[in-house]
Amino acid sequence: MMHGKDVLSLLIWLPIGGGLALLAIGDAQARLARWVALLVALTTFALCLPLWQGFDTTTAAFQYVERLSWISQLHADYYLGVDGISLPLIVLTAFMTVPVIIAGWSVVEKRPAQYYAAFLILEGLMIAVFCALDSLLFYFFWEAMLIPMFLIIGIWGGPRRVYATLKFFLYTFLGSVLMLVALIYLYLKSGDYTIAGFQSLPLTLIEQRWIFLAFLVAFAVKVPMWPVHTWLPDAHVEAPTGGSVILAAIMLKMGGYGLLRFSLPITPDASRELAWLVIGLSLIAVVYIGFVALMQSDMKKLIAYSSVAHMGFVTLGAFLAFDIQGSTGALSGAVNGLDGAMVQMISHGLISGALFLCIGVMYDRLHSREISAYGGVINVMPKFGAFMVLFALANSGLPGTSGFVGEFLVILAAFKANFWFAFLAATTLILGAAYTLWLVKRVIFGPVANDQVAAMQDLNGREFLVLAMLALAVLALGLWPAPLVQTMEATVQHLLQQLSLSKIPVG
Amino acid sequence: MNPNLLLAIPMLPLVAALMAGIGGRLIGRGAAAALTISAVAVSCGLSMQVLNELLHGAAAYNATVYTWLLSDGVNMQVGFLVDRLSALMMVVVTFVSLCVHVYTIGYMRDDPGYQRFFSYISLFTFAMLMLVMANNFLQLFFGWEAVGVVSYLLIGFWYTRPSAIFANLKAFLVNRVGDFGFLLGIAGVLYYTGSLDYQVAFNQAPEIATQTLHIAGTAGGWPAITVICICLFIGAMGKSAQVPLHVWLPDSMEGPTPISALIHAATMVTAGIFMVARMSPLFEQSETALSFVLVIGATTALFMGFLGIVNNDIKRVVAYSTLSQLGYMTVALGVSAYSVAIFHLMTHAFFKALLFLAAGAVIIAMHHEQDMRKMGGLRHRMPVTYWTSLIGALALIGTPFFSGFYSKDALIEAVHASHRWGSGYAYFCVTAGVFVTAFYTFRMFFMTFHGESRLDQHAEEHFHDVGWDMKAPLVALAVPSLLIGYFTIQPVLFGGYFGDSIRVAAANDVVGELGREFHGAAAFAAQALLSLPLWLAAAGVFSAWHFVLRRPERATAIQQRLNWLYRLLVNKYYFDWFNENVLARASRALGLALWRGGDQAVIDGAVNGSAGAVGWIAGRVRLIQSGFLYSYAFWMIVSLVLILGWFLVRV
Repeated sequence: MMHGKDVLSLLIWLPIGGGLALLAIGDAQARLARWVALLVALTTFALCLPLWQGFDTTTAAFQYVERLSWISQLHADYYLGVDGISLPLIVLTAFMTVPVIIAGWSVVEKRPAQYYAAFLILEGLMIAVFCALDSLLFYFFWEAMLIPMFLIIGIWGGPRRVYATLKFFLYTFLGSVLMLVALIYLYLKSGDYTIAGFQSLPLTLIEQRWIFLAFLVAFAVKVPMWPVHTWLPDAHVEAPTGGSVILAAIMLKMGGYGLLRFSLPITPDASRELAWLVIGLSLIAVVYIGFVALMQSDMKKLIAYSSVAHMGFVTLGAFLAFDIQGSTGALSGAVNGLDGAMVQMISHGLISGALFLCIGVMYDRLHSREISAYGGVINVMPKFGAFMVLFALANSGLPGTSGFVGEFLVILAAFKANFWFAFLAATTLILGAAYTLWLVKRVIFGPVANDQVAAMQDLNGREFLVLAMLALAVLALGLWPAPLVQTMEATVQHLLQQLSLSKIPVG
Repeated sequence: MNPNLLLAIPMLPLVAALMAGIGGRLIGRGAAAALTISAVAVSCGLSMQVLNELLHGAAAYNATVYTWLLSDGVNMQVGFLVDRLSALMMVVVTFVSLCVHVYTIGYMRDDPGYQRFFSYISLFTFAMLMLVMANNFLQLFFGWEAVGVVSYLLIGFWYTRPSAIFANLKAFLVNRVGDFGFLLGIAGVLYYTGSLDYQVAFNQAPEIATQTLHIAGTAGGWPAITVICICLFIGAMGKSAQVPLHVWLPDSMEGPTPISALIHAATMVTAGIFMVARMSPLFEQSETALSFVLVIGATTALFMGFLGIVNNDIKRVVAYSTLSQLGYMTVALGVSAYSVAIFHLMTHAFFKALLFLAAGAVIIAMHHEQDMRKMGGLRHRMPVTYWTSLIGALALIGTPFFSGFYSKDALIEAVHASHRWGSGYAYFCVTAGVFVTAFYTFRMFFMTFHGESRLDQHAEEHFHDVGWDMKAPLVALAVPSLLIGYFTIQPVLFGGYFGDSIRVAAANDVVGELGREFHGAAAFAAQALLSLPLWLAAAGVFSAWHFVLRRPERATAIQQRLNWLYRLLVNKYYFDWFNENVLARASRALGLALWRGGDQAVIDGAVNGSAGAVGWIAGRVRLIQSGFLYSYAFWMIVSLVLILGWFLVRV
């Protein structure tokens, strides 16, 4: 590896340190704070590039490993490393923080330094979640990450922010507590907190079932899966634009990541037994939520529901392997599902982030999220309209954009598991297009709806830059997803091996 | 064939589209037009060159451009298969596109979206070329969706018109219903063959035919090949507007006329026909699927033709005619006469694009009037349009020696020769359809060009014949509309032109049967003089003349006497009514019920109820000032960090 061995620590602590520095700079020096924030975010992202370059795609072993003793009494270590599943998510986190910082540039007037500090600290904590190989360390960051998000919504949020933050907090907290119980149980059996240790630990089916369900609650809330999704629309509606972007783009991915890192490899037998549950909930998410999204009158809620439906593909793809094996007697095709789940996470991060930024652009001008307040925006904002149409089409899964890749792979895999899985999943082609393009029709197209819309100004340079960044990423991933999938290949193969082997102790 | 030149064929229009689209304001109107036109012209020239090489014995080109994605051993690629089938399509697409590009100079002259329009039609040309040049299902689907998107953008080109943005959303969603089936079909192909590559799938078609797929609980399951083919064909039904997924095409006339000619007549809507012909090795394995194709096509061919009779909008009449003709092509597919379907696709592309562009010329001359009741007597005022329209109309109704005659007559003969389930019904539909076609075509033609002038004052004041930038494409299209059938029927249908591109099982080879009785194009036309279709066409023209020019009051009388029938036709068999009032309304009601009932009442109700403390806690928390909350949480983070750090340092 061409790189300093502490690069992961640097990725975690640089933004956190930057955030603390911003708190020291203070809100009085807003201009300085902004530039420092941007510098830190850019540097963090720049650090990801050599990380990606130096990553060895031929092995499933963890790379850039750092290990120090942390709480020796508990055998918990400060233990970091990345593999093909976590690396893309880390890069996504570092990437998405940059547009969030730029998007807030002249918009956030309330406590600007603290605003950027919260996002940088959040960035560091989220990267840490993806790097942590010690489950106690993982849990520590997992919980810590909630705090800045809680503050972002609670301080810079909308009028019902207290209700939204509480709902958000209670849901995620309840889930996390169950996860902690499961982790402690696993610790008592294995003697330390390393995730790899848990993965190789033999467990009876009954133990696995309980652990699986505890994990499932924690991760399902984060994804969020139906029926524990109702916190998401409320949180999005109240969150400031940047908060929504990070929430949709990164925090939801924690749930998908948890399923791949914990549930499948630690409890493979229970996963096999209960795959029907996850698949069932995922398909409900795709179809049921698709219809719900159709009827939203608030743009942010619409995109929030759209997120739930799209994340359904992540959970669906992750759990198809067992049914594929059941129906075809082989695992061929299972990797399509896992690859699809991963690509969908990255893609959804970009597209939902972009859509929330688009809504933010409109909100900054009209201070309304209601669809009915708009109409014919493209007449006055042609550049913005072009971006919005592009992201909307990506959200509808247009080939050539990233939105297609994951859904395509998952549908291909679903067909192998069961025709009806594919049938229900493919309804997203119709539903996704219906709710997204109906939104576009009502907001972007048409004659100028009112005087407020007529007075809207097209994108400024800063906004253009942000949306162009994301547009390029969405197109690049859609036109050539091979490098991303190549990066994950060895790890996904390894994961498939893990989940296909029983862990039930023999005799 | 030179791979770089092949790559240039789709890439040139793409690059031009990007330049005209993104840099349109920078380079200006003239440059945008010149750029896109030259790009498409070069593409057209190269396509002809490719076709020429293939005709002179060059081997088909089949190779990968790049690997899009490699997952689980499935190699998903972007790659080209250029054989005689795709080369024919490439020439048709680029030639019609070129005519439409040139025509656009005049048609869109006064439109502020001039560069954007050129950008879109060039982008469309790229997407359509990617579709026809694909050598695998992934790229096929890419092109398939990409043409759909450009169509969406172009139908809604005048985005301030509510009717246009309704029509483009409708078109996209109805097409998505088709794509839903199409994608499942593609997934099925991958499931049974392990590959998305055409050749692999085609070679394994006989093995797929031995497999069954368990869909419902019934023992034994469904024949996999039938499921796959019907799913793929559902995709074709969306794109090629077959009943009941045809509803988007008439509404697509909201787009500017050049794209109605290019996209909604000559090229994109024929993608479904092309796709099924391309998949002939698969479809040949399933009699059931082909009968399904046959019945759907026959229904579309006849019943959509009727709708053309009662419409007074010049563009919509041509649109219904397109629906009906697409039905004819589908019928040809259904009787395994794939080559006839492609042959009719080609002749239709020329004469239908011609009719659309001619209609556009009339509309422009009339200062954006589309109602035929306000036209009449234009024959002397726009002679070039009149004569070229006449050629198009005669070709459409199948007048001997015109291009449409050869393709349509071969088609009807092929249906006649078939013994497939449904072919009797189809034969009736396509034969009766000849009368209907002739009737609506010449009703339109007479109403527009003959009789008394019915122009209103506005149209009269602004009337001006179009310039040569619009007339030249009409002439360019009139030549193949007139001649191409005569010169190509022998090689294309009976000379083994398609070779391996189209595979027909020996037992299904109705075209081969026709070939045994074929003695040259002239003799073919002479034979037709005594055949039923020609007399039906003549009767149609005569009826149109009688009811439009000679005794218009009789048409009114019939309309009143058969009022129920008239209402059925005017309401387009109530498909739109059903979709809007039943399907769309039910979807919205379901969405609302799931949201208000499921999410809010049940789920949130349970959450708020069981955690009854929420309200109470919320009340407490509200008391805390946000500043206090912030510093509290801030110290939480700081202390967490300190704890973590302390443990680390302590080691």
